[in-house]
Amino acid sequence: MDFITNFPLFTIVLSLFSGVLCMMLSGKNARRYTIIYECLLIVLVSCVLWYTWTTNSAFTYVMGEFPAPWGNEIRAGVLEAAIALLFLIVMLCSILAGTHFLLDDIDESKLNLYFTLINLMTAALMAMTWTNDIFTGYVFLEILTLTSCGILIVREIGRTTLAAVRYMILNLMGSGLFLLGVVLLYDVTGNLLMVPMRGRIAVLSQDPNNMMVITMAVGIITIGLSIKSGLFPFHYWMPDTYGWATPASGSILSSLVSKCYIFLLIKIYYRVVGIELFETMPIRYLLLALGMCGIVFGSVSAMRANNINRMVAFSSAAQIGYIYMGIGIGGTAGFTAAIFHIMAHSVTKSQLFLTTPRLADVSGGSLKFSALQGSAIRDKNAGVFFLVGALSMIGIPIFAGFSSKLLFGMAAVENGYTSMIVSVMVVLAISSLLNALYFIRTTIRVYSSSDQTDRHRIRHRAAYNVPMLILTGANLALGLASWVFADLIERGLSMFM
Amino acid sequence: MSKYAPQTGGNKPKQKISGLQSAKERFVKWLNGDFDSAVHIMETDETPYSNRKEIKESVAGIKSDLSSRDDVKRLIERERKSYYRLYSVVAIISAVLLIGVLLFVISYLPRYGKENPETTAVVARYITKGVEETGAVNVVAGMILDYRAFDTLGESHVLFTALVCVMILLRMDKKNRRTQFEDYYTTDLMQFHDISKESIMRCVGMILIPSIFLYGIYVLLNGQNGPGGGFSGGAVMGGGLIIFASAFGFGVTDRFFTRRLSNVITFVSLAFYSFAKGYVFFTGANGLDNHIPKGTPGAILSGGMILPLDIAVGLVVACTMFGFYSLFRRGNIGGD
Repeated sequence: MDFITNFPLFTIVLSLFSGVLCMMLSGKNARRYTIIYECLLIVLVSCVLWYTWTTNSAFTYVMGEFPAPWGNEIRAGVLEAAIALLFLIVMLCSILAGTHFLLDDIDESKLNLYFTLINLMTAALMAMTWTNDIFTGYVFLEILTLTSCGILIVREIGRTTLAAVRYMILNLMGSGLFLLGVVLLYDVTGNLLMVPMRGRIAVLSQDPNNMMVITMAVGIITIGLSIKSGLFPFHYWMPDTYGWATPASGSILSSLVSKCYIFLLIKIYYRVVGIELFETMPIRYLLLALGMCGIVFGSVSAMRANNINRMVAFSSAAQIGYIYMGIGIGGTAGFTAAIFHIMAHSVTKSQLFLTTPRLADVSGGSLKFSALQGSAIRDKNAGVFFLVGALSMIGIPIFAGFSSKLLFGMAAVENGYTSMIVSVMVVLAISSLLNALYFIRTTIRVYSSSDQTDRHRIRHRAAYNVPMLILTGANLALGLASWVFADLIERGLSMFM
Repeated sequence: MSKYAPQTGGNKPKQKISGLQSAKERFVKWLNGDFDSAVHIMETDETPYSNRKEIKESVAGIKSDLSSRDDVKRLIERERKSYYRLYSVVAIISAVLLIGVLLFVISYLPRYGKENPETTAVVARYITKGVEETGAVNVVAGMILDYRAFDTLGESHVLFTALVCVMILLRMDKKNRRTQFEDYYTTDLMQFHDISKESIMRCVGMILIPSIFLYGIYVLLNGQNGPGGGFSGGAVMGGGLIIFASAFGFGVTDRFFTRRLSNVITFVSLAFYSFAKGYVFFTGANGLDNHIPKGTPGAILSGGMILPLDIAVGLVVACTMFGFYSLFRRGNIGGD
């Protein structure tokens, strides 16, 4: 057994320790420590990715001396490592680029608590990515829920508290439903680890009575996690949560937290239910329909918003809809498209959420469209980064958004029957049109000249530009070399079996 | 009314779409960002301030201005009026639906207590081999701290996360050190609720508090041999601290229980927990011997790592319980 196989364990335990350590440090030191620590984690996870890629196999890691059905287990394959790496990179970029606003928004005596939460969140993200045990997934899902509310309320204005209360109530409802589903599955299978559970489910699904329980359990888990990630009827918490949080938190919440829930859901479909069984369940079509509704309604709400942050937040609802539509299309191609979109959207949305406050800063602090006129001219760097994000969201070739839309279309053609193909294509077309409408309107507005002279010079610090360039690079890489990533995801999905 | 008070609607010129407006006008308005029909749909009221600086000022203003409370009340009332009915109907329907679905599912579950060798295989192993493999007579302790220790590692950090969130919300910082709330406690409460005259509370406390602590320590240390363990023992001790503070006042507890001490205890306990379990995971996964003696089952020093882990968890739980109480009472975790 190679030493690299220990790295997933290190990422979790060290993150938990770092969380507690940051409470003891001063705010500034906690920030420095967190940045260095995240870099270390990126190295560790890159090693795991390299190892699983070269050996072309996944490994399970027994947590303690008791093997599979009795003790806990974590597991690392190509896909888990890639997703973990993506999460860490986006996390690091968000913290680096959002620092300027963090110092502005958070009381200095509470800065260390913010980084405590960030480290605990990293631990939860890692554990939920690596887990091979459905109950471990639940425990760390709780940590993720609490930390995500924490990084929202840390900006102590009344609106974040209000948004956090709403976010927490919906989130707890989601957690509760998830736990109910886990309990039901445990009751019929007697196992909590994913592989033995799948073995039992494959046997039990022959019996229609048990199949009913399994279907309901999977349905409840799906509803719980879709509330938490913001699928269509449950997406109205998004604008307040993402829009009012401090920019680093907004970026983390929209691009990591909601994606992590979806990744856990995909993992459950593959490794607990078994993908063949899942394809026969009606839940799939529900997800397809809700995803499509989410795409259309999210885009319409985004069009109606008159505040740039709200617009970007509502467009998140549409993008979550895309991911669920991919799951609904089904088959390897559908899931590949969904996971590719998780990557593309994480990279793009974090970039947008980190540029909008910057544009607002040169417009007298206002996020309204009327005030933003010409802001991209006043702050050129932020303007360019916003443009990249907007073009990727619309789906212009060479950017990540285009590749994921292409993958969705191809998946529909490959897996669907005629009505599904037609509806997916129509939704894709409508959504691209709506996206183009509201993003081009915004882009024209921020680039058209204005008589506003409020241009207090912003120093273009490397601390902002470097992480944004990394995100832009990742965006272009996803767009230009999409087949590499699609291949990686397909390989990872085949390792899930 | 203060200028910082939130506007409660009505005084904001709201764009109305009437049939009189041409499509072009509406398009121009949309382009200019004047029109927002998404407000007042479930999310918070559209802000009167979309400016970062203004928000900061308004927060400071609201905190110093008590008259804004009426406006908040009015805001809440307005929200209630427009959506209360719809919400309650939808909520009742979905709750009834969920209850119905769950009851329906329960009827299909295997009967409770019915022997099924397939589904009880894992549990059977815990019961039959638990004592031998973990060294703990209390199988539950062996299960949560040895077989499935990773979950418990996460669970103990859930508590810590909750404490951090409450600290962010309630701890007094430079921004809100002297607010009307603190004044309320230092003046009004002290006058009408003088703790030094609480003779009944003190008398009962004198007798109860030592025994509560002894009981808490007993529960904590016997987690591996009987019902109890870190979470329950820590909760008892935390309860003891809370009674102590409410009987004798925070002045007494602050002499030994400072914020620094609470931080150090939490840090040392959780760091010890993480590294001890990390070590066991590491050795276990790599097939190494972890050199932790199991001890004789039933003795106080048995169950391998269970006793020290229970102590660590217990200390964290006690600190967290008292920290919650203290934060809610006066916005600080302990004396400075």
